[in-house]
Amino acid sequence: MAKPHIIEVTNLVKRYQKAEKNSVDDVSFYVEEGSFFSLLGPNGAGKTTTISILTTLLAPTSGGASLSGFDVNSQPNQVRQQIGVIFQNPSLDRNLTAEENIRFHSNLYDLFPYRPTFSLMPETYKKKVKQLAEVVGLESDLFKPVKALSGGMKRKLEIIRSLMHQPQVLFLDEPTTGLDPISRQNLWRYLQEIRQTTDITIFLTTHYLEEAEGSDYLCIMNQGKIVSKGTPVEIKRSLTENYLVADAKDRTKLSKELTKLKVPFTGQGPFQVHFGKHSAPSIVQSLKTPLTQLEIHNPSLEDAYVEIIKGSEAEHHAQP
Amino acid sequence: MHNLNAIITIAFRDVTKLVRDRTRILASLIFPAIFIGVLGTSLQQNIGENLGYNFLAFVFIGVIAQTLFQSTAGGLISLVEDRQNDFAQEMFVSPISRYAILFGKILGETMVSLVQILGVLVLGLVIQIPLDWGALLTLVPFLLIISLFGGAFGVIVMANLSDQRAANQIFPFLLFPQFFLAGVFNPIQDLPLPILIASRLSPMTYAVDLLRSIYYYGTPEYDKVVLFSPWLNLSVIAVVGTLFLVIGTWRFVKLERER
Repeated sequence: MAKPHIIEVTNLVKRYQKAEKNSVDDVSFYVEEGSFFSLLGPNGAGKTTTISILTTLLAPTSGGASLSGFDVNSQPNQVRQQIGVIFQNPSLDRNLTAEENIRFHSNLYDLFPYRPTFSLMPETYKKKVKQLAEVVGLESDLFKPVKALSGGMKRKLEIIRSLMHQPQVLFLDEPTTGLDPISRQNLWRYLQEIRQTTDITIFLTTHYLEEAEGSDYLCIMNQGKIVSKGTPVEIKRSLTENYLVADAKDRTKLSKELTKLKVPFTGQGPFQVHFGKHSAPSIVQSLKTPLTQLEIHNPSLEDAYVEIIKGSEAEHHAQP
Repeated sequence: MHNLNAIITIAFRDVTKLVRDRTRILASLIFPAIFIGVLGTSLQQNIGENLGYNFLAFVFIGVIAQTLFQSTAGGLISLVEDRQNDFAQEMFVSPISRYAILFGKILGETMVSLVQILGVLVLGLVIQIPLDWGALLTLVPFLLIISLFGGAFGVIVMANLSDQRAANQIFPFLLFPQFFLAGVFNPIQDLPLPILIASRLSPMTYAVDLLRSIYYYGTPEYDKVVLFSPWLNLSVIAVVGTLFLVIGTWRFVKLERER
């Protein structure tokens, strides 16, 4: 059964003032409730712009988007109530302690009334903060200034802070930028834990393919447009098609022979032979033309991703 | 109620930060110390005799107004810095009114500037400026008005500056000439016409003159020191301040989203 769409983006366009082209160029997609959605693309693809519009920080030029049924442009406050956001640059106040950052957030969302010190806050708040700090291993640093925390710890602090008001959707804009591999791995483990204990929807942007691989659905974006979308498995299948690279001195003979075998191929030589259902060795065996080159092209997902990005760029430049 | 909680939270964040930041507290005293301690005392010694009023007290009241105005205005500009450092985004994605964000910020910076004034008063005691401490007490509600006015000035400037670099470069040029145009440490009763026009257009002029018109009220020096009546000063501050605040906030909120 199809799940309801918690985010719906329709023909979204954003052109910054004085910009010559659209940063987000007629983009449409949806996100299912409770799913892990990734928006993948190189720097400057329009990911952050898209997230800024969805989180009500930026007005779209045309088109629109809705979150939990609220329009992001005309009902920003309702949308803000539903979301937690982890920005690309840490949005913590470095001069306050970790706990003060959480308290500040809780007060802004009116979860608890303002009190100048931790000890004056209600018991329910104290308990919740301590419990969250324990989960991420922040207990000993809770009352230290944020300046003193490591990059990985700051990210986790931002996440527990953003979960205080129990949002429906958690936006993460390139959350692992600047983190070492161990912190990165820790962060993913923690995010997985959150997903297991809540039914939160996660909206991630990243330029690392391996980070998007764990998602339920992903869109690849480049130069403001969505160039590919599907589940990671589907994208992998459609992108990483294996083919043979074959060449011969007598290219006309080889191409005639391939046509006769009814094997689709592209190129003028070397030829890319898409063996599809056939097995590669069987094709090679049936070829009589002496070959000068024979390779199996077996791209990794990373290669495929680079190919897509390059492909869409070439297409873009070809336009007059 | 929701926005009230947010306003208080945003305002007290600034105070918490000030209390922790000892360098900022010291730095905030450097300007007043130079203006009163160095400029004030040397001018008092050399030209003060012929003025017919104590020049040091004149500068002291001027510096109080200038410090409040400048500190709150400068604090508001830090919202542009927050936006660049992305801390402001934490406030801007929260479900509170944009007006509450700006109002909380103005209130916070007002409290910060009032704390700084305590330091200036201590400075006055140390240098032993002949002050009427009773008259100083009557200034208290007006200190608050001047801070809010400085905040409104900060909002209109900030709403017209796109980024931190522009803010840091342009803001001193908008503020520094006002020290002299407003007569913080120079009498401005008689001025050449172009300077006179600039002086009367400068918002800080009315802040400085308001404090002096209250402090010197009913004293023999009043006519030599004060330009306008307290009522005129208050009216100008009320009208201009409200305009700055309303137009500035509207523009800021609009520019924030329509980039």
